[in-house]
Amino acid sequence: MPVPFSQADDQYDVIVIGSGLGGLTSAKRLAYCGYKVLLLEFHSQLGGLATWFKRKGHIFDVSLHGFPYGMVKTCRKYWNREIMNSIVQLKNIIFDNPQFHLKTTFDRQDFTAKLISHFKISQSTIDAFFTRVAGMNFYDDQSMTTRELFNEYFPGRSDVHRLLMEPISYANGSTLDDPAITYGIVFSNFMNKGVFTFEGGTDKLIGMMADELEKSGVTICTNCKVDRIVVDKRKVRGVECRGKMISAPSVVSNSGITNTIYNLAGKDAFSKEFIEKADKIRVNNSSCQVYMGVKKDEGFDDIGDLLFTSTAPEFDSAELCDLHTRSKTFSVYYPKTRPGHDRYTIVASMNANYQDWEKFNEEQYRLEKEALIARSLVDLERYLPGIKEKLDWIEAATPRTFNRYTLHTRGTSFGTKFEGLDVSRSIFKEVDGLFHVGSVGIIMSGWLGAINYGVIASNDVDAFMRSRE
Amino acid sequence: MTRDGIKDLILEIIEDIDEDADFDTLQADKPLRDQLDLDSMDFLDIVMELRKRHKLQIPEEDYPQLATLDSCVNYLEPLLADA
Repeated sequence: MPVPFSQADDQYDVIVIGSGLGGLTSAKRLAYCGYKVLLLEFHSQLGGLATWFKRKGHIFDVSLHGFPYGMVKTCRKYWNREIMNSIVQLKNIIFDNPQFHLKTTFDRQDFTAKLISHFKISQSTIDAFFTRVAGMNFYDDQSMTTRELFNEYFPGRSDVHRLLMEPISYANGSTLDDPAITYGIVFSNFMNKGVFTFEGGTDKLIGMMADELEKSGVTICTNCKVDRIVVDKRKVRGVECRGKMISAPSVVSNSGITNTIYNLAGKDAFSKEFIEKADKIRVNNSSCQVYMGVKKDEGFDDIGDLLFTSTAPEFDSAELCDLHTRSKTFSVYYPKTRPGHDRYTIVASMNANYQDWEKFNEEQYRLEKEALIARSLVDLERYLPGIKEKLDWIEAATPRTFNRYTLHTRGTSFGTKFEGLDVSRSIFKEVDGLFHVGSVGIIMSGWLGAINYGVIASNDVDAFMRSRE
Repeated sequence: MTRDGIKDLILEIIEDIDEDADFDTLQADKPLRDQLDLDSMDFLDIVMELRKRHKLQIPEEDYPQLATLDSCVNYLEPLLADA
């Protein structure tokens, strides 16, 4: 459990700023390595974007939409068996758009079958494509875009491009014009065995992780916004938080990479060359969501777990982020999601641009949110006729909401574009003892990417700490 | 540490990473990655465990030396001479 900030000591081995899945995992790994760790979170709740909120008896999950099977091994190795054992498959993934309608388990075997039967693609082309994406590494050449990759294997087939791209755009915010590796790595992870979720919901997962951190001896303080990472002569000295200086030779920032450089450490902490690289980082798009809660004792038949829906004629990365996009996913949470909590909830998710939302005054903002809710209801009615009458809660989140709760630059919900990875990975070579973990470069994002990146960063911290001995 | 001791150490670490790992058919001169279904995160775990247990710092450019069981032993033998 978090302790009051007044109980935090003046000195730690490592201070972790932010408790997203990457920050939580770094704290856990570094405590396992034997360090005295302090975890500071600005929000009242742990988890970062892996979060939830309660309304009128409902529990809404914000980012629990499905992750790859790799989470099983990752949770066993870096957290515990109990967490691993709560991972279950989501078997009904639905696509519905003007070009095709299909149900899939979203794995290589079923995708191959569908590509042959629905799309009349030859087995050899499908095999060649899967082999190509499975062999992609993050250090490979980045010059080829996803659009070029698709055109090489499925020229002129906008329906196939949509099937392959749409889910990944929602998973990591990547577009047809991003490097093909940012697509291939994430797509291959999912194709391994399909889509999985955490039984019991985000609140249960984060609660279990907090228990594990407590057992590991990590000091956790919430409602603690770090004002500054103190750097002197290219060396980390600690952090300033709520008027207090806490010293530590290592600081792991799980704040966004741009926040870490410009707002926490400050430009002056780095070389001119490094800042030139950092200035080029593009943050990814943000999201809109509509949360819908069904009345107690009401429910509906199974319509699928995750629905990729659109009424746009073809897939278009820009259309997906448009203020009035016709494309959205529905994540459907049945009572099985949280055994014992017998409620149905639905979360509609859309990609969105912060710029489109920041310009509104309060009245315009309220009206646009209402319109967003109305559009989502119209779309959902296609799958659940009469759903509106069964709801007793509905509300919307926009890029402004994401910005307020996570402090992410422009409310990004998928970190940064590819160039953020190199800056994040090399920050400790600029300032001794300063490390970054968080969604960067599209591939180090999502729940699995964030946890694994937490482990990678911890390895750098451990190597640095041992080299000081 | 003897060559056999180093071999046991590596296998012990891998067993912690993947309890289902089958060592019976393992060929010491073939890549561990292909035979035991290890990924890049697993190799990072091996590096971290070696640092934790024996204070060994293995630089990133040396990671390829851990590819096979034989190459692990060859690489680690001088480093663990006093262990």
